Amino acid sequence: MSDNDQQLRVSKIQNGTVIDHIAGGQALNVLAILGIDGTSGDSVSVAMNMPSDRLGHKDVVKVEGRELSQDEVDVLSLIAPAATINIIRDYEVVEKGRVERPSVVEGVLECPNHNCITTEDEPVDSRFAVGDDGVRCEYCDTIIRDDLPAHILAE
Amino acid sequence: MRHDHIISAKQLSRGDIETVLDHAADIAADPGAFADRHSDTLLGLLFFEPSTRTKMSFTTAMKRLGGDIVDMGSVESSSVKKGESLADTVRVVEGYTDALVLRHPMEGSAKMASEFVDVPLVNAGDGAGQHPTQTLLDLYTIRENAGFDDLTIGIMGDLKYGRTVHSLAHALTTVDARQHFISPESLQLPRSVRYDLHEAGAGIREHTELDEILPELDVLYVTRIQAERFPDEGEYREVAGQYQIDAATLDAAKDDLTVMHPLPRVDEIAHDVDETTHAQYFQQAHNGVPVRMALLDLMLGGDQ
Repeated sequence: MSDNDQQLRVSKIQNGTVIDHIAGGQALNVLAILGIDGTSGDSVSVAMNMPSDRLGHKDVVKVEGRELSQDEVDVLSLIAPAATINIIRDYEVVEKGRVERPSVVEGVLECPNHNCITTEDEPVDSRFAVGDDGVRCEYCDTIIRDDLPAHILAE
Repeated sequence: MRHDHIISAKQLSRGDIETVLDHAADIAADPGAFADRHSDTLLGLLFFEPSTRTKMSFTTAMKRLGGDIVDMGSVESSSVKKGESLADTVRVVEGYTDALVLRHPMEGSAKMASEFVDVPLVNAGDGAGQHPTQTLLDLYTIRENAGFDDLTIGIMGDLKYGRTVHSLAHALTTVDARQHFISPESLQLPRSVRYDLHEAGAGIREHTELDEILPELDVLYVTRIQAERFPDEGEYREVAGQYQIDAATLDAAKDDLTVMHPLPRVDEIAHDVDETTHAQYFQQAHNGVPVRMALLDLMLGGDQ
């Protein structure tokens, strides 16, 4: 089955963003990071564990009516480093890009150190510096190397 | 020095450290010359945790510079008890004072607080995080007694939760000290500190017993192992007992070994050590005043 056939399992979108080549099983984490929970009323399609030549299995997310900026999608590199971003206008791909590793992510991950000030009721977002082999809390220095999705902040 | 806030020993370069220590030495040599230096200055003290030495030496330092302090008092008697956030508290108090000193039980509190104020803020201890002014007075004591050249130091006790250890270990990388860490396995350095020391190219070695390394040391820095770090009293007593020193222990050390401790001690250094020439922990505590005077003077524009 070609990639195109797979795409047809979920309908094409007219305007919006298609996030492709998400590591299999991470689609819901992608939506959580982007803060997309369906409450805005936009159509969101999710396809999980589709066969992929490159990844073995991949997830695909299509968000109707919303063009995600590079800053918004770069944070996805933490859990879906191979993801590709397609901006769609009038059913055509007008922009194609990849996620790039940001130097800092804010308000995305929860610090696992329960004694970190960012876990308190203070007017501050969590902030992690992104390194080659993990992320590090800029407030308490705690390093997270493994299982980043488990640390995604609940909305 | 061009730091608005002093949050972590990690922000201090070798040059910064030498600047503060040189200035502290000048002040210690002639404190009277600095007595009216900051006569219009009010220092705000925000201590969310108990403190004796740090709070008293900041108070003394500010008063010896001619200024005064405004003290929030204990948490029980303040608006924090009513649920005020730290960010709000510091924004209010900065309007009363020219600089702030903060101690707080949570890691990262000083960094966060510094993002909400324009006056200089000094971290006087944030949970198990950092305690940079303790580090500066430790470094001052080390430089006075052993010097920074070809320095071999042993740091013993609770290396996992001891914030003085985390700050000091990082600062010692700027003087290329050989660092030996002596602790029970359950209280070894945390991953983040180890990572930083590795990144800084530090030569560090870890031990579970002091004996194997004691004869090589120029400085032995002892910290307290706290009972609450252990599941039960029996295990605490057994482990802590292995990291106590007395005068007889030091027979195996160099004659000019300097023994330091951030205090308070409980029983990790026996009282018979006090009478030896090795003991420098009381002088170390005294050094907190000139060092904090130097830091405040530099932060408040004394070098201009």
